[in-house]
Amino acid sequence: MEKSSKSALVIGGGIAGIQAALDLADMGIHVDMVEKKPSIGGRMAQLDKTFPTNDCSICILAPKLSECYRHPNITLHAYSEVQKVEGTAGNFTVEILKRARYVKESECINCGLCAEKCPMRVEDEFDRELRKRRAIYMYYLQGVPAIMTIDKEKCLWFTKNACRICEKACEKEAIDFDQQDQTITLNNVGSIVVATGYNLIEDFEKEALNIYGYGKFRNVVTALEFERMECASGPQGGHIKRFSDGVTPKKIAFLQCIGSRSDRYKKYCSSICCMYTTKEAMIAYEHDNSLESYVFYIDMRAGGKGFQSFLRRGASDYNIDYIKSKIAQIDIDKDENPIIVYEDYDDGKIKQLKVDLVVLATCIIPPEGIEDMAKLLGIELNDYNFIKTTPFIPVETSKNGIFTCGCVHEPMDIPRSVTEASGAAARAAEVIRGG
Amino acid sequence: MTEEEKKEDDVRVGVFICHCGSNIGGLIDCKGLADYAGTLPGVTHSEDNLYTCSETGLTAIKTAIKENNLNRVVVASCTPRTHEPLFRECVSEAGLNPYLFNFVNIRDQCTWVHMKDAEGAYAKAADLVKMGVAKAEKLEPLDMIKLDINQVGLVIGGGVTGISAALNLSRQGFKTYLIEKEAQLGGRLNNLYKLFPHDIDASEIVNRLISNANNPKNLEVLTSTQIVNIHGFVGNYEVEITQNGNNKTLKVGTIIVAVGSSLLDPKGLFGYNGQNIITQYELEPKLKNNQIKAKDIVMIQCAGSRNDKRPYCSSVCCMTALKNALIIKEKNPDTHISILFRDLYTPGTEYEEYYRKAREKGIIFINYDVDRNPNVEENQVRVYNEYIGEDMLIPYDLLVLSTPLVANTDNKVLAQMLKVPTESNNFFLEAHVKLRPSDFATAGVFIGGSAKWPVDITESIAQGYSAASRASTILSHKTIEVDGATSNLPVYNKNLCSGCEICMKVCPFHAIVKNEDDEIEIIEALCKGCGVCGATCTNQAIVIKHFTDDQIMSEILAYGGK
Repeated sequence: MEKSSKSALVIGGGIAGIQAALDLADMGIHVDMVEKKPSIGGRMAQLDKTFPTNDCSICILAPKLSECYRHPNITLHAYSEVQKVEGTAGNFTVEILKRARYVKESECINCGLCAEKCPMRVEDEFDRELRKRRAIYMYYLQGVPAIMTIDKEKCLWFTKNACRICEKACEKEAIDFDQQDQTITLNNVGSIVVATGYNLIEDFEKEALNIYGYGKFRNVVTALEFERMECASGPQGGHIKRFSDGVTPKKIAFLQCIGSRSDRYKKYCSSICCMYTTKEAMIAYEHDNSLESYVFYIDMRAGGKGFQSFLRRGASDYNIDYIKSKIAQIDIDKDENPIIVYEDYDDGKIKQLKVDLVVLATCIIPPEGIEDMAKLLGIELNDYNFIKTTPFIPVETSKNGIFTCGCVHEPMDIPRSVTEASGAAARAAEVIRGG
Repeated sequence: MTEEEKKEDDVRVGVFICHCGSNIGGLIDCKGLADYAGTLPGVTHSEDNLYTCSETGLTAIKTAIKENNLNRVVVASCTPRTHEPLFRECVSEAGLNPYLFNFVNIRDQCTWVHMKDAEGAYAKAADLVKMGVAKAEKLEPLDMIKLDINQVGLVIGGGVTGISAALNLSRQGFKTYLIEKEAQLGGRLNNLYKLFPHDIDASEIVNRLISNANNPKNLEVLTSTQIVNIHGFVGNYEVEITQNGNNKTLKVGTIIVAVGSSLLDPKGLFGYNGQNIITQYELEPKLKNNQIKAKDIVMIQCAGSRNDKRPYCSSVCCMTALKNALIIKEKNPDTHISILFRDLYTPGTEYEEYYRKAREKGIIFINYDVDRNPNVEENQVRVYNEYIGEDMLIPYDLLVLSTPLVANTDNKVLAQMLKVPTESNNFFLEAHVKLRPSDFATAGVFIGGSAKWPVDITESIAQGYSAASRASTILSHKTIEVDGATSNLPVYNKNLCSGCEICMKVCPFHAIVKNEDDEIEIIEALCKGCGVCGATCTNQAIVIKHFTDDQIMSEILAYGGK
């Protein structure tokens, strides 16, 4: 196959975008990958382990990040956004806004001296605000590209016209306060793959978590927060401690369908929570074999490969008790131990359970800014505000030449996201190769 | 300095100990291990990294190679299964032959399996590092093997997955063969009535796919065709087929397995009689022909699945039951339909909405527990309802069993021909459940659809495309490089070979043959470097590159062997 003169654009640098880009690049098609965050990796980078193999998430992701970064057919535009798309299938013109990092990419070696000296402490988004980072920072430890970024909104120089300590700390003279945003134009883009992932309901509708005491009780956390708590490179260094007293929990309740399968919030099923909850409980048990876990659920949805066996293992080997139930309310005692009041569907009785920590399996929602993105690309969204696709014509959006994969069009797990990503790449290649 | 000159030079080993976050560093002292490695003979540089595989870690390796003029690199970390290619590429970028890199597994084999014994884990890690360094000293540069690629695709199975894969490959411009054992394309779809969640006719989808498949320039559809045998390797497979008694060999570069799944034989399940107790699958044509007159219908989910014999969820049956129940309700709203279920599987947006719709239409859902299966009696089903704590009696004049999809019984035969594995339920097993869902571990062979695991039509199509994408990453090139660490019969050993042919018999990859001169010949492209031939060779004539006797002995001696 001759090298194509047309390129592909992949929007989103999570696992779906990465797989789509790698496949296209391995076919010999040039790919421009655009990622809004300072580093690619997406949600998968935030996870501790992944079901059903319990592989360490970053360990299996990192080689793919590297591959994306080094691939001769991939140009990575991190910390960038698509701001204009014109044209039609086979010949799009795309404008990318590359935001200034105020750090020279060619010079920075990610030694971290600048961040050590930076006096500004700000909430760390990657760690779900469970710890602070500096105003000059790496998005996360293993992030790619491994380049520091100055958070303009928080940096003392940009906000108060004082400091510039990082500039002095940097031995490579990589800090550049005069750096400007850039506009990059891509011509002759044959097809586009949209893989911008998802947000979680607590990001925009925190009230959905109110009845579970989130925000009010310190020992109620979300699943993604718990993921960071379990993670070795997370804010607790992999030693799970509850926030009220720093004690390792011995009894954890995992509550399913938070904000999902709900008349008030999201009607749909978030698809992945039954499985990741079991995984989180297993990993917590591996940290501490005296742990008791209770999973409060409506239906255990485990249809994927090896998933049922995974649940069975959870119950038999990891001390997980699955309770088909409806949560009525959550309260705390004087030691801030959450007390769950629930209706047990097995016998119809109202019961109480006191635990040390509650973990909420919150609902996947469409990613921030999806309406703008849809408008920009000229594609339709569905009733739930995810990208609209049609059954039997998967990975296709409403517009020719624009494909999609992963959670941006439907909540799904990593294997399905990866499958769809390759599928989207296949269809994108068809357009580029004129099929 | 060229590689040759470096080889002549003294051995200079660099050792990198990875913390792998806390996977390794949380249990053992990686800094201490790195210091220890620094004292080993031949080691001129050692360091520990939080994540050696991160860009920062890789840069550290490359910098150390340059600064210390290293000519061997040892990384002690997670597992070569996922990370060896990355580190090989890294040392190669720094100018070193990729085979001068050695992997030492101190996560899977030390800190994970011995997580309750930190001291023991450290001691073992130290031993493994010592052995790894000893082997590294003996490593020799090797070349990758370059193979020509026959840029032709083959898809086995003309169901919805296979057609989607074949159409995509052909539209990408590759000559593609689509093989179907039946007389017509369409597979399981030919027997279905309507498809969830939009209730469109299955025939509409089949016809659309088939008409596309019958009209492309690069696609050759071979129906009533069966596979006889498969030889070869990535880029160069030879597939013997038989069509109506005529045999033929197809030469292709990649193979996609899309053979689908089978139906469970329902005999003995919940009083199955094929009359008023039938399967969902048998219900479909009856719905199509408007033959359903029953007033009281009961459906039982997980009939034959999620039990000890078949521990998996077949994932399509809940939606199938909902769809068929809704179709009946639509035609005759007075029909009473009860669905007995364990966990209703309707993940995502539209499927959950479909479930809501079914409830709104008055379909009754009753939960049952696997320990108290519903009891089918004459004209009624007895099911224990935990919520109310007693048996419920539900009358039926039609009982429909939602039975699972099961793996084809002949999967094993095909698996053997392709040298790919199957899992405990006999479905095909992909290379990595999480990140390589469409690949087999065998290069050039790919998988999609319910041959791998029960999936619905939408996912089958996506998986067909996915397999096509993976195949295209190979077919798009004229050549490919494969691992050079193969078995070898060096010229200087030829006189040792007695021609006993034991190696030919034990080779699981059929990589060893006798040539025209009646001499043993090893086809390197087929060899996976497993070493069986080398171990069985009675005269030690066969050498396994990258695992030579000398290299392995050096490890054993380093450990303390004599």
